[in-house]
Amino acid sequence: MNSTPLTWRETMAWSLLGVVLFLGLWSGLTTSGLVPRQFLPPPQEVASRFIQLLTSPFAGATLPQHLGSSFMRYAYGVLLAAAIGVPLGLLMGWFRLLDDIVTPIFDGLRFIAPIAWVPFAALWFGTGIGGPVMIIFAGAFPPCLINAYRGARFVEPRLIEAARMLGTGHTRMILEILLPAAVPSIVAGLRVSAGLGWQSLVGAELIVAAAGVGFMMVQAQGSVQTATVMTGMVAIGIVGMIIDVLLRQGEAWLRRRRGLEA
Amino acid sequence: MGSILFQNVDKVFGPASSGVKALDNINLEIAEKEFVAIVGPSGCGKTTCLRMVAGFEAPSAGLISVSGKKVTEPGPDRAVVFQQFALFPWKTVRENIELGLRNKNLPAGERNTLVGSALKLMNLETHADAFPHQLSGGMQQRVAIARAYVLDPDVLLMDEPFGALDAQTRVVMQEELVRLARVNPRTVLFITHAVEEAVYLADRVAIMTRRPGRIKEILDVRSIRQAENWDRFQKIEDVMDLESFVHLRTHIWKSLREEKGSQSI
Repeated sequence: MNSTPLTWRETMAWSLLGVVLFLGLWSGLTTSGLVPRQFLPPPQEVASRFIQLLTSPFAGATLPQHLGSSFMRYAYGVLLAAAIGVPLGLLMGWFRLLDDIVTPIFDGLRFIAPIAWVPFAALWFGTGIGGPVMIIFAGAFPPCLINAYRGARFVEPRLIEAARMLGTGHTRMILEILLPAAVPSIVAGLRVSAGLGWQSLVGAELIVAAAGVGFMMVQAQGSVQTATVMTGMVAIGIVGMIIDVLLRQGEAWLRRRRGLEA
Repeated sequence: MGSILFQNVDKVFGPASSGVKALDNINLEIAEKEFVAIVGPSGCGKTTCLRMVAGFEAPSAGLISVSGKKVTEPGPDRAVVFQQFALFPWKTVRENIELGLRNKNLPAGERNTLVGSALKLMNLETHADAFPHQLSGGMQQRVAIARAYVLDPDVLLMDEPFGALDAQTRVVMQEELVRLARVNPRTVLFITHAVEEAVYLADRVAIMTRRPGRIKEILDVRSIRQAENWDRFQKIEDVMDLESFVHLRTHIWKSLREEKGSQSI
């Protein structure tokens, strides 16, 4: 292992080299004829398809419109996961009994991958909005709950003692002591949830009949338009990265504001 | 109001049969408005004594009561000042001090008046809206003391409150505490391993043995302080030079050294 930290410039240079190598390998594979062009179009073809789809519709909508529909479902799923997971996690962190009741069920349920909820969600909601939201929720919920729980459970014991000594009741204990103490952990959990929720998106949109990146990809697969399928993948990757960067910055800002090291 | 009573108190950590006996038959009575310091070698269980009065831990045998009432859980009648301050980092100085008053459901006007006088008492008025991490250790401990005092508790429990402070700050805080004790005397149980601090502050000093902790000796400092009129001095160093002070200090030192000695055999 090299122990000297790289400068920002060096890091950028190496990252760029990685991207160039990846694109080169991809390009080489397609021009060599080892892989049929139909199944692996070269990078420039995917890039031009990407640009084309920004303005011209496929499967009833342009790429930004598909992304917009996807993002709505995604937002519902993740917000619902946070709205239920965070309060439940905090309550479980304070009330031992609730912890004992919920933990076994939760431990079982969280091993069912979001994609494994697809058939069940389809049975329940058909092609409505509920299905995809449920699947995204399944991906985003566990980190919300676990991190809120851990944050509440592992608050500095002296602070709990100080609050009890001051006569603090349950409600105020949870809202004014556990919640703020758990904020760094909760925010980290929300970031993981946001990532997992976005990753569950295509699975969620397998059962969607109207619009969305996942829907677009499934339609393109049906007519063997590999470039369009890959465009969807690139778009998911880019949006996922943007979400992650934004949330990381939000997290760092919050930590600085709290006087913690970023 | 404000007395503390330890009656045949034992404390065992772990299972009763195989656990570690931390405290062995503690008997101690602290009168209303009396300032008692407990000194002892580290690990002797002196902090455990305080934590049981606070209600954070229960005795394994015996009884602890405050103002004649058995202690069962923590409460604002027994305010604690912790060694590591234990201020809420997300609350301002004012909010930290105010929390206990809000828990008592006092109206806002009354809370403001009380917080204001607590800030004034501890010279914190200019820092009311600061967050704890913006303050020095000494200032943070002032906030913790203000937070305890504002509750108007029956007893004040101080667990090595100046242990985390540098030497100069420590002296200032000790003098401050003596000043407070005169302005607003109340029952104090004070845990420390600093012998001078105990002699300077307390009415009585209880010396504990090494584990399992027992009370070995209780010294009456107040009668000597009054006989020798220590209070004519403003500064701790002047008191510490007095022969009567030195004599008491040396006595406690020797007593503690015996404990350390027997530990290493």
